[in-house]
Amino acid sequence: MKVKELLFAPIFSNNPIALQILGICSALAVTSSLAVTVVMCIALTSVVAFSNLFVSLVRNHAPGSIRIIIQMTIIASLVIVVDQVLKAYAFEISKQLSVFVGLIITNCIVMGRAEAFAMKNPPLPSFLDGVGNGLGYSAMLLGLAFIRELFGTGSLFGTQVLPLATEGGWYIPNGLLLLPPSAFFLIGLFIWAIRVWKKDQIEQPDYKIAPNTKPLAKEA
Amino acid sequence: MEAYLSLFVRSIFIDNMALAFFLGMCTLLAVSKKIGAAFGLGIAVIVVQTITVPVNNLLYTYVLADGALAWAGLPDVNLSFLGLISYIGVIAALVQILEMVLDKYVPALYNALGVFLPLITVNCAILGGSLFMVERDYNFGESVVFGVGSGVGWALAITALAGIREKMKYSDVPEGLRGLGITFITVGLMSLGFMSFGGIDL
Repeated sequence: MKVKELLFAPIFSNNPIALQILGICSALAVTSSLAVTVVMCIALTSVVAFSNLFVSLVRNHAPGSIRIIIQMTIIASLVIVVDQVLKAYAFEISKQLSVFVGLIITNCIVMGRAEAFAMKNPPLPSFLDGVGNGLGYSAMLLGLAFIRELFGTGSLFGTQVLPLATEGGWYIPNGLLLLPPSAFFLIGLFIWAIRVWKKDQIEQPDYKIAPNTKPLAKEA
Repeated sequence: MEAYLSLFVRSIFIDNMALAFFLGMCTLLAVSKKIGAAFGLGIAVIVVQTITVPVNNLLYTYVLADGALAWAGLPDVNLSFLGLISYIGVIAALVQILEMVLDKYVPALYNALGVFLPLITVNCAILGGSLFMVERDYNFGESVVFGVGSGVGWALAITALAGIREKMKYSDVPEGLRGLGITFITVGLMSLGFMSFGGIDL
């Protein structure tokens, strides 16, 4: 398979969040600030990439019945490394991320890619697939965080971009964007936008409204 | 007693695992198409959460925390960096044991929960419960209450969402929003609704 396809397909045409419904769990809560989001994206991308690499390396030696435990151990060890590195070099941000770094373990992207791709493919493509899916996840998250931080507080990476009305400027921040519900709305709208662009992702409805067969009642 | 009651209500409504912390989202979205299945999964989450949070609490207090191994004559050992891997190990093991016990003694319940039990190992709400327990320094009693409460809160969220989605099957949704998109927006509205519990203080 082509390197380019492995790396870039997950960003738009097969986005892990918008299409595969993976990895939404631990992610949304961190998107209210851009700096925290960038750290989370880097952490997740490196975990997915390396877990794919290692799972792929042991794929021919691991018995099928205990493969989940093996994957879990690999992923959990990688997450512990990431967690310790963050605590050592970016303590403030690791405080803000609180439990969400630990939750990368149960992030479905990591498990999902290990199970769906790394178990069947050689190490190098698996690594690239991991990086690609990490980037797809990051693209979605950074988009969300950009909108939420810019319109929620009028700043980007903590620097004021839109002058606030309370400080003599003109922008009145929309507090709703900092609250959890806005993340759901924004993701819903993102999915809508992607599907308007890529028509083949549209889901079939379970029920269709039948055409009206009765003649319209005559107006009295 | 009052403190426990307040914690219980908080963990169900205000700090709802699914709607305020986005935990267990993947399963929440994937399994909420039918009320029956959603309710089954909800019950399974309550059961697992009620067991794992207190067990992980004991594990943390007596093995992992700084100086916790004093009872074994090792007061200087700090194993807290092993936290993540031990919690997930405990969860995976407990789910497996629960599955075997149910299969042997309560086959009816096992058949009802069957498919959902393995899913629970990778449900972030479960691991999240244990991590929050550690972060907020709950004692054993509090961790039991928090385990039950957060489980009930999650079950409530998924059952309610499934109810809404069953009704919504018949509605005419714009093409691009069908399925996943509209579900996100629905969850957003539910989350907004649950935020109104925020002011309650017992």
